[in-house]
Amino acid sequence: MHPLPWYIAGPLIGLVVPALLLLGNKPFGISSSFGHICSMISPGRFSFRESHQGGGWNLAFLLGIFVGAVAAWQFAPPPNLALSPATVAALHRLGLTDLSGLAPHEVFTWSALFTLKGFAAIVVGGFLVGFGTAYAGGCTSGHAIAGLADLQLPSLLAVCGFFAGGLAATYFVLPVILR
Amino acid sequence: MTLVPYFVLGTTFGFILVEAEVVSWFRIQEMFRFDAFHMYGIIGTAVVTAAIALLIIKRLAMRASDGRPLGFAPKTLGSGVRYVAGGSLFGLGWAMTGACPGPLVALVGAGVPVMAVAVLSALVGTWTYASLRPKLPH
Repeated sequence: MHPLPWYIAGPLIGLVVPALLLLGNKPFGISSSFGHICSMISPGRFSFRESHQGGGWNLAFLLGIFVGAVAAWQFAPPPNLALSPATVAALHRLGLTDLSGLAPHEVFTWSALFTLKGFAAIVVGGFLVGFGTAYAGGCTSGHAIAGLADLQLPSLLAVCGFFAGGLAATYFVLPVILR
Repeated sequence: MTLVPYFVLGTTFGFILVEAEVVSWFRIQEMFRFDAFHMYGIIGTAVVTAAIALLIIKRLAMRASDGRPLGFAPKTLGSGVRYVAGGSLFGLGWAMTGACPGPLVALVGAGVPVMAVAVLSALVGTWTYASLRPKLPH
Protein backbone atom coordinates (compact mmCIF):
# COMPACT_ATOMS: atom_id res chain seq x y z
CA MET A 1 0.00 0.00 0.00
CA HIS A 2 1.69 3.22 -1.14
CA PRO A 3 2.05 5.56 0.33
CA LEU A 4 1.42 4.14 3.78
CA PRO A 5 -1.64 6.29 4.70
CA TRP A 6 -1.02 9.27 6.97
CA TYR A 7 -3.48 7.98 9.58
CA ILE A 8 -1.34 4.85 10.01
CA ALA A 9 2.15 6.33 9.59
CA GLY A 10 1.50 9.36 11.85
CA PRO A 11 0.34 7.47 14.97
CA LEU A 12 3.13 4.88 14.52
CA ILE A 13 5.72 7.68 14.39
CA GLY A 14 4.07 9.31 17.41
CA LEU A 15 4.44 6.06 19.37
CA VAL A 16 8.23 6.27 19.00
CA VAL A 17 8.11 9.07 21.62
CA PRO A 18 6.71 6.93 24.51
CA ALA A 19 8.67 3.88 23.27
CA LEU A 20 11.98 5.74 23.78
CA LEU A 21 10.84 6.98 27.20
CA LEU A 22 9.85 3.47 28.28
CA LEU A 23 13.08 1.96 26.93
CA GLY A 24 15.39 4.30 28.82
CA ASN A 25 13.83 7.74 29.39
CA LYS A 26 15.35 9.01 26.13
CA PRO A 27 14.01 12.09 24.32
CA PHE A 28 12.95 11.52 20.69
CA GLY A 29 15.25 13.56 18.46
CA ILE A 30 17.41 12.74 15.45
CA SER A 31 19.56 15.85 15.07
CA SER A 32 21.21 15.31 18.47
CA SER A 33 22.99 12.34 16.93
CA PHE A 34 24.83 14.78 14.59
CA GLY A 35 26.20 16.54 17.66
CA HIS A 36 27.02 13.16 19.14
CA ILE A 37 29.04 12.11 16.08
CA CYS A 38 30.90 15.45 16.17
CA SER A 39 31.68 14.99 19.85
CA MET A 40 33.10 11.54 19.11
CA ILE A 41 35.46 13.11 16.58
CA SER A 42 36.36 16.09 18.76
CA PRO A 43 35.57 15.49 22.45
CA GLY A 44 35.16 18.47 24.72
CA ARG A 45 34.00 20.80 22.03
CA PHE A 46 30.40 19.68 21.96
CA SER A 47 29.09 20.31 25.41
CA PHE A 48 26.21 22.33 23.96
CA ARG A 49 23.60 19.63 24.49
CA GLU A 50 21.94 20.33 27.79
CA SER A 51 20.91 16.87 28.88
CA HIS A 52 20.54 13.21 28.01
CA GLN A 53 23.69 13.37 25.94
CA GLY A 54 25.34 10.27 27.34
CA GLY A 55 25.37 6.95 25.58
CA GLY A 56 25.32 5.80 22.02
CA TRP A 57 21.59 5.10 21.92
CA ASN A 58 20.96 7.86 19.37
CA LEU A 59 23.64 6.45 17.08
CA ALA A 60 22.09 2.97 17.37
CA PHE A 61 18.74 4.58 16.50
CA LEU A 62 20.28 6.46 13.56
CA LEU A 63 21.95 3.30 12.24
CA GLY A 64 18.55 1.62 12.57
CA ILE A 65 16.93 4.34 10.42
CA PHE A 66 19.49 3.65 7.69
CA VAL A 67 19.02 -0.13 7.84
CA GLY A 68 15.22 0.21 7.93
CA ALA A 69 15.35 2.49 4.88
CA VAL A 70 17.56 0.01 3.00
CA ALA A 71 15.11 -2.80 3.85
CA ALA A 72 12.12 -0.74 2.70
CA TRP A 73 13.90 0.25 -0.51
CA GLN A 74 14.94 -3.33 -1.29
CA PHE A 75 11.75 -5.17 -0.40
CA ALA A 76 8.92 -2.66 -0.86
CA PRO A 77 10.14 0.39 -2.78
CA PRO A 78 7.54 3.12 -3.26
CA PRO A 79 6.33 3.21 -6.89
CA ASN A 80 6.15 6.50 -8.78
CA LEU A 81 4.50 8.95 -6.44
CA ALA A 82 0.94 10.10 -6.96
CA LEU A 83 1.76 13.77 -6.52
CA SER A 84 -0.69 16.64 -6.32
CA PRO A 85 -1.23 18.03 -9.88
CA ALA A 86 -0.59 21.56 -8.55
CA THR A 87 2.86 20.52 -7.24
CA VAL A 88 3.65 18.69 -10.49
CA ALA A 89 2.78 21.83 -12.48
CA ALA A 90 4.85 24.05 -10.17
CA LEU A 91 7.89 21.75 -10.38
CA HIS A 92 7.61 21.58 -14.19
CA ARG A 93 7.60 25.40 -14.23
CA LEU A 94 10.82 25.30 -12.20
CA GLY A 95 12.38 23.19 -14.93
CA LEU A 96 12.21 19.75 -13.31
CA THR A 97 11.01 17.18 -15.85
CA ASP A 98 11.80 13.85 -14.15
CA LEU A 99 9.62 13.49 -11.04
CA SER A 100 10.28 9.77 -10.51
CA GLY A 101 12.02 8.33 -7.46
CA LEU A 102 12.33 9.96 -4.05
CA ALA A 103 14.32 13.04 -5.13
CA PRO A 104 14.71 14.80 -8.50
CA HIS A 105 17.38 13.07 -10.63
CA GLU A 106 18.28 16.41 -12.17
CA VAL A 107 19.57 17.61 -8.80
CA PHE A 108 20.39 14.68 -6.48
CA THR A 109 22.95 12.62 -8.43
CA TRP A 110 26.75 12.43 -8.28
CA SER A 111 27.03 14.10 -11.68
CA ALA A 112 24.76 16.98 -10.59
CA LEU A 113 26.74 17.52 -7.38
CA PHE A 114 29.16 19.78 -9.23
CA THR A 115 26.50 21.91 -10.90
CA LEU A 116 25.12 25.03 -9.19
CA LYS A 117 21.75 23.44 -8.36
CA GLY A 118 23.24 20.16 -7.14
CA PHE A 119 25.87 21.87 -4.99
CA ALA A 120 23.35 24.34 -3.55
CA ALA A 121 20.70 21.71 -2.74
CA ILE A 122 23.05 19.01 -1.43
CA VAL A 123 26.05 20.79 0.12
CA VAL A 124 24.54 24.14 1.15
CA GLY A 125 21.18 22.56 2.05
CA GLY A 126 22.86 19.84 4.10
CA PHE A 127 25.01 22.42 5.91
CA LEU A 128 21.91 24.46 6.81
CA VAL A 129 20.18 21.33 8.15
CA GLY A 130 23.13 20.57 10.44
CA PHE A 131 23.78 24.17 11.50
CA GLY A 132 20.12 25.12 11.94
CA THR A 133 19.12 22.04 13.96
CA ALA A 134 22.13 22.43 16.27
CA TYR A 135 21.35 26.15 16.76
CA ALA A 136 17.64 25.48 17.32
CA GLY A 137 18.38 22.50 19.55
CA GLY A 138 16.23 20.07 17.58
CA CYS A 139 14.58 19.19 14.30
CA THR A 140 11.24 17.84 13.11
CA SER A 141 11.38 14.92 15.56
CA GLY A 142 12.64 16.76 18.65
CA HIS A 143 10.71 20.02 18.24
CA ALA A 144 7.78 19.46 15.83
CA ILE A 145 6.75 16.06 17.24
CA ALA A 146 8.16 15.53 20.76
CA GLY A 147 8.37 19.22 21.76
CA LEU A 148 4.88 20.16 20.53
CA ALA A 149 3.40 17.01 22.10
CA ASP A 150 4.99 18.11 25.40
CA LEU A 151 3.48 21.61 24.92
CA GLN A 152 6.87 23.35 25.01
CA LEU A 153 6.75 26.97 23.85
CA PRO A 154 10.38 26.94 22.52
CA SER A 155 9.38 24.08 20.20
CA LEU A 156 6.44 26.09 18.84
CA LEU A 157 8.83 28.97 18.07
CA ALA A 158 11.21 26.54 16.37
CA VAL A 159 8.43 25.02 14.25
CA CYS A 160 7.36 28.53 13.15
CA GLY A 161 10.99 29.04 12.13
CA PHE A 162 11.02 25.72 10.23
CA PHE A 163 8.06 26.86 8.17
CA ALA A 164 9.33 30.40 7.64
CA GLY A 165 12.60 28.97 6.30
CA GLY A 166 10.90 26.23 4.28
CA LEU A 167 8.52 28.67 2.59
CA ALA A 168 11.36 31.09 1.85
CA ALA A 169 13.40 28.30 0.26
CA THR A 170 10.41 26.99 -1.72
CA TYR A 171 9.35 30.33 -3.16
CA PHE A 172 12.61 32.33 -3.31
CA VAL A 173 15.64 30.00 -3.22
CA LEU A 174 14.58 26.98 -5.29
CA PRO A 175 13.36 29.11 -8.25
CA VAL A 176 16.83 30.70 -8.41
CA ILE A 177 19.02 27.63 -7.99
CA LEU A 178 16.94 25.31 -10.20
CA ARG A 179 17.26 27.55 -13.22
CA MET B 1 23.54 -5.18 24.05
CA THR B 2 21.52 -2.44 25.70
CA LEU B 3 21.59 -0.57 22.40
CA VAL B 4 19.78 -3.30 20.44
CA PRO B 5 16.23 -2.10 21.30
CA TYR B 6 17.11 1.41 20.06
CA PHE B 7 18.47 -0.07 16.84
CA VAL B 8 15.28 -2.10 16.32
CA LEU B 9 13.09 0.94 17.03
CA GLY B 10 15.18 2.99 14.59
CA THR B 11 14.80 0.29 11.94
CA THR B 12 11.01 0.41 12.30
CA PHE B 13 11.05 4.20 12.14
CA GLY B 14 13.26 4.22 9.02
CA PHE B 15 11.02 1.65 7.32
CA ILE B 16 7.93 3.77 8.01
CA LEU B 17 9.66 6.95 6.77
CA VAL B 18 10.24 5.32 3.37
CA GLU B 19 6.88 3.52 3.07
CA ALA B 20 4.91 6.68 3.98
CA GLU B 21 7.09 8.62 1.48
CA VAL B 22 8.08 11.09 4.22
CA VAL B 23 11.61 10.86 2.79
CA SER B 24 10.44 12.11 -0.62
CA TRP B 25 11.74 15.50 -1.75
CA PHE B 26 8.49 15.83 -3.72
CA ARG B 27 6.26 15.24 -0.67
CA ILE B 28 8.14 18.01 1.18
CA GLN B 29 7.48 20.32 -1.78
CA GLU B 30 3.77 19.38 -1.65
CA MET B 31 3.80 20.30 2.03
CA PHE B 32 5.52 23.69 1.64
CA ARG B 33 3.23 24.49 -1.31
CA PHE B 34 0.15 23.48 0.73
CA ASP B 35 -0.93 21.21 -2.15
CA ALA B 36 -1.55 18.00 -0.17
CA PHE B 37 -2.66 16.96 3.30
CA HIS B 38 -0.40 13.88 3.52
CA MET B 39 2.55 15.39 5.47
CA TYR B 40 0.29 17.50 7.70
CA GLY B 41 -1.75 14.39 8.48
CA ILE B 42 1.39 12.47 9.45
CA ILE B 43 2.95 15.20 11.62
CA GLY B 44 -0.43 16.14 13.13
CA THR B 45 -1.44 12.61 14.15
CA ALA B 46 2.12 11.91 15.36
CA VAL B 47 1.91 14.95 17.67
CA VAL B 48 -1.55 14.01 18.97
CA THR B 49 -0.54 10.36 19.55
CA ALA B 50 2.65 11.40 21.35
CA ALA B 51 0.75 13.98 23.43
CA ILE B 52 -1.80 11.40 24.59
CA ALA B 53 0.99 8.94 25.42
CA LEU B 54 2.86 11.63 27.42
CA LEU B 55 -0.34 12.46 29.28
CA ILE B 56 -0.82 8.79 30.23
CA ILE B 57 2.81 8.50 31.32
CA LYS B 58 2.40 11.59 33.53
CA ARG B 59 -0.95 10.43 34.92
CA LEU B 60 0.55 7.08 35.91
CA ALA B 61 3.61 8.90 37.36
CA MET B 62 5.86 6.39 35.60
CA ARG B 63 9.51 6.39 36.57
CA ALA B 64 12.75 5.21 35.02
CA SER B 65 14.94 2.58 36.70
CA ASP B 66 16.97 5.40 38.28
CA GLY B 67 13.81 6.73 39.94
CA ARG B 68 13.47 9.84 37.79
CA PRO B 69 10.05 10.54 36.29
CA LEU B 70 9.69 9.63 32.59
CA GLY B 71 9.51 12.71 30.41
CA PHE B 72 11.47 15.58 28.90
CA ALA B 73 13.52 18.23 30.62
CA PRO B 74 11.80 21.56 29.87
CA LYS B 75 13.65 23.57 27.21
CA THR B 76 14.93 26.96 28.32
CA LEU B 77 13.31 29.76 26.34
CA GLY B 78 15.97 32.46 26.83
CA SER B 79 15.46 35.26 24.35
CA GLY B 80 13.96 32.72 21.94
CA VAL B 81 16.34 33.86 19.19
CA ARG B 82 17.99 30.46 18.86
CA TYR B 83 14.64 28.78 18.12
CA VAL B 84 13.48 31.30 15.54
CA ALA B 85 16.87 31.86 13.85
CA GLY B 86 18.10 28.27 14.07
CA GLY B 87 14.66 27.00 13.10
CA SER B 88 14.53 29.25 10.03
CA LEU B 89 18.01 28.19 8.89
CA PHE B 90 17.03 24.54 9.28
CA GLY B 91 13.77 25.25 7.41
CA LEU B 92 15.77 26.60 4.44
CA GLY B 93 17.85 23.43 4.42
CA TRP B 94 14.77 21.24 4.86
CA ALA B 95 13.14 22.58 1.68
CA MET B 96 16.42 22.60 -0.29
CA THR B 97 17.45 19.03 0.51
CA GLY B 98 13.82 17.92 0.82
CA ALA B 99 14.79 16.11 3.99
CA CYS B 100 15.10 16.66 7.72
CA PRO B 101 17.87 14.74 9.55
CA GLY B 102 16.17 11.30 9.73
CA PRO B 103 15.13 11.21 6.06
CA LEU B 104 18.54 12.62 5.06
CA VAL B 105 20.18 9.48 6.47
CA ALA B 106 17.36 7.22 5.19
CA LEU B 107 17.73 8.49 1.61
CA VAL B 108 21.39 7.39 1.48
CA GLY B 109 20.06 3.83 1.68
CA ALA B 110 16.90 4.44 -0.36
CA GLY B 111 18.21 5.05 -3.84
CA VAL B 112 19.75 8.52 -3.37
CA PRO B 113 23.35 7.69 -2.35
CA VAL B 114 24.60 11.23 -3.07
CA MET B 115 22.73 12.27 0.10
CA ALA B 116 25.78 10.92 1.95
CA VAL B 117 27.41 14.22 0.93
CA ALA B 118 24.48 16.13 2.46
CA VAL B 119 24.88 14.14 5.69
CA LEU B 120 28.61 14.99 5.78
CA SER B 121 27.75 18.62 5.09
CA ALA B 122 25.21 18.54 7.94
CA LEU B 123 27.94 17.26 10.27
CA VAL B 124 30.16 20.16 9.15
CA GLY B 125 27.20 22.49 9.84
CA THR B 126 26.77 21.11 13.36
CA TRP B 127 30.51 21.43 13.90
CA THR B 128 30.45 25.02 12.68
CA TYR B 129 27.62 25.87 15.08
CA ALA B 130 29.63 24.47 17.99
CA SER B 131 32.57 26.67 16.99
CA LEU B 132 30.50 29.84 16.58
CA ARG B 133 28.26 29.17 19.56
CA PRO B 134 29.82 31.73 21.95
CA LYS B 135 29.32 34.48 19.35
CA LEU B 136 25.69 33.68 18.49
CA PRO B 137 22.62 35.11 20.26
CA HIS B 138 20.57 32.49 22.09
